[in-house]
Amino acid sequence: MIAEAGLAALWLGAALAALQLGLALGLGGAGDRQLGAVRAVAVGQGALSLIAFAALVALFVRTDLSVLLVAENSHADKPWLYKFAGTWGNHEGSMLLWVTVLALAGAVVALFERRLEERTLGMSLAAQAALSLGFFAFLLAASNPFERFDPAPLAGRGLNPLLQDPGLAFHPPTLYLGYVGLSVAFSLAVGALVTREVGPALARAMRPWVLAAWILLTLGITAGSYWAYYELGWGGWWFWDPVENASLMPWLAATALLHSLNVLASRGGLRAWTMMLALIAFSMSMAGTFLVRSGILTSVHAFAVDPARGTFILVLLTLYIGAALTLFALRIATVREGAPFEIVSREGALVANNLLLSVILGIVFFGTLYPLIAEAVTGEKLSVGPPYFDAVASPLALGLGALMLIGPQLRWRRDSLPIFPRLAPGLVVALAVLVATILLAPTIGLLPRLGLAIGAGLVPASLMPLIGRSLRRTPLATWGMCVAHLGLAVAILGMASDSAFTREKLASAVPGERLEVGPWLVEFRSVVPLAGPNWTALEAELRASRGGGATVLKPQSRFFTEPPTTTNEAAIETDWNGQLYAVLGAQDAETGRWLVRLWWKPFVTLIWLGGMLIALGGTLALIGRAWRARATRRRFEEAEW
Amino acid sequence: MIVRPKHQRLILLVLALAAMLGAVLLAMWGLQDRAAFFVTPSDIAAGRIQPGKAMRLGGMVVDNSLSREPDGVTIRFTVSDTKATIPVRYRGITPDLFREGSGVVAEGRVEDGLFVADTILAKHDERYMPPQMAGAAVPAR
Repeated sequence: MIAEAGLAALWLGAALAALQLGLALGLGGAGDRQLGAVRAVAVGQGALSLIAFAALVALFVRTDLSVLLVAENSHADKPWLYKFAGTWGNHEGSMLLWVTVLALAGAVVALFERRLEERTLGMSLAAQAALSLGFFAFLLAASNPFERFDPAPLAGRGLNPLLQDPGLAFHPPTLYLGYVGLSVAFSLAVGALVTREVGPALARAMRPWVLAAWILLTLGITAGSYWAYYELGWGGWWFWDPVENASLMPWLAATALLHSLNVLASRGGLRAWTMMLALIAFSMSMAGTFLVRSGILTSVHAFAVDPARGTFILVLLTLYIGAALTLFALRIATVREGAPFEIVSREGALVANNLLLSVILGIVFFGTLYPLIAEAVTGEKLSVGPPYFDAVASPLALGLGALMLIGPQLRWRRDSLPIFPRLAPGLVVALAVLVATILLAPTIGLLPRLGLAIGAGLVPASLMPLIGRSLRRTPLATWGMCVAHLGLAVAILGMASDSAFTREKLASAVPGERLEVGPWLVEFRSVVPLAGPNWTALEAELRASRGGGATVLKPQSRFFTEPPTTTNEAAIETDWNGQLYAVLGAQDAETGRWLVRLWWKPFVTLIWLGGMLIALGGTLALIGRAWRARATRRRFEEAEW
Repeated sequence: MIVRPKHQRLILLVLALAAMLGAVLLAMWGLQDRAAFFVTPSDIAAGRIQPGKAMRLGGMVVDNSLSREPDGVTIRFTVSDTKATIPVRYRGITPDLFREGSGVVAEGRVEDGLFVADTILAKHDERYMPPQMAGAAVPAR
């Protein structure tokens, strides 16, 4: 019953999306009542998709094996949390989550957006309906999550053990909220281009959505990075996997958009460019989904492959992006020019920021798609991995960091005051650290060295905008900018420290043996068997000590039966200045020795701490802006009174 | 000096185009010797590859070819595509599904007729993997 109800809700939701599209397109010059109808339909569509999603969650939690999707991806013996989170640990479920968020975002716009001119809002809601209609069609035609399975099997096939981790409950929904949140920026840009209303008011309506989506993307990427770091047991935190790139590309576009929106909102400039970015940001989200869901690229995230689905998404993608870019090309000439500015000004710095981010985006995009292009053109199979991305993207990212030493200190429009005193703290610290690393750590690579210098310089530089103002009266949005920039500085320091100072030890050991890694002395004590809810494991006991303190690490090798798989559970000891990371390998049959891999990673935790600070900065800005918008509205109302 | 709005738009457009062009050129330069091609033991035997260039080797691990060096952490094995074979050396923890007689993808380079692998990718679980060469893979270092 639940499955049928869910399917019915999906069909109804699709019908409402079609109705919303028709109504909103027909809006033309009509008045309030019709827009009210569009708003109501959008809310209904959101509610129905939420019902469908809730139905699927219920099916997974109850492990209803008469539903094909549940039978293929779940198992009655799984812990409750993974039954619940397993809803989106598969293709159909994750697409349903995508559609649900898309429809809900449309509903929220319909309910709360009051700043935009009516026709623009109507057109935006039409665009949002067109988007969700396409993805409803995709679900119903090619990825029905509610398909029945007759006869129902006695046991399900289980969830990929790599996904059986609390991270699954948090990481995908957060990223999806971020991806799909950008759809609103896309729809608002389409609406404004149609009605020729590109201006500061649009930017102010778009900004909270971009900010919120960007915060969630930041959190999702940070969480995904940490998840991969501890779950995969490879000691790395970013692998340039196509799916990681698929999340990085919308983030890069959203970051650029966030900065150019500020120019549009406060100075009225960069109109066409900002619209372009708004279209690109969500296009990147869709392209990412296509890459992941079609399974054409090798990835841990690629679920079962189905070429028909890939084609369907590709058609949708081409249709939406093509239509949006055509509209952009048609309307670009009518977009008014913004206020002029000098090259050395806040606007100039933000243009440079946008250009650098776009180049990084282009490089990641090209590298991710290159295997497809090469195979289509020459028939050769190849893979593009860390060597390419590290060599090409890292220097540009450092360039962006160097720009951040300067940009936030500049004023809007033109900067004629002496700027050096404002730049000095950052530049001096960066230079000092650069000299210090050359003297104290002469062997580390150039990129980590520059990373340490720029990261350290950014710490004072990102706080400079707060200097000389009353801290209590500084707008929350300014605080947000400073915290986010500080977060990037912290993350850069963590990345540079990890690649400059990590120590690794790979050994084959017998119990009782002592191993050294960095400042740690690690005693390999024993290996004991262990049983969990749906797995068995071998667990090693390692006693690690340095100076006075000692701690015990217990890395495991886990064996799952449903489906039969082995995973490595790394053991991680976090100290104030880094992490000790241990992995247990296989036992050699002849000698009885165990492979053990140890890493000492100084300050690696700063990477994720930085990510969280960036998200916190975004949140402060979001709250500050909302607050201010309310205060302004109040003042207006009082004045009218 | 404040730039005129008309000129400003032109300048921005030119900058944007230059940035895109720069990105493409940089990407092409980066890809030139950093894209790892999939090769088979036959490709290497035929001398069609450059020594020292990063690549991915795909094939089967030959039965009874796996041995461990005295240091306990370096392994050697032979990869075959039924027409040719090549010895492989790898230092590290192999993925759990790596075993003799099954498929493997190794990332690394050829040095003096020996394939030195930095990463071994083993077929992880066919349900989650696309059908690329040898079922492709989850890396394990």
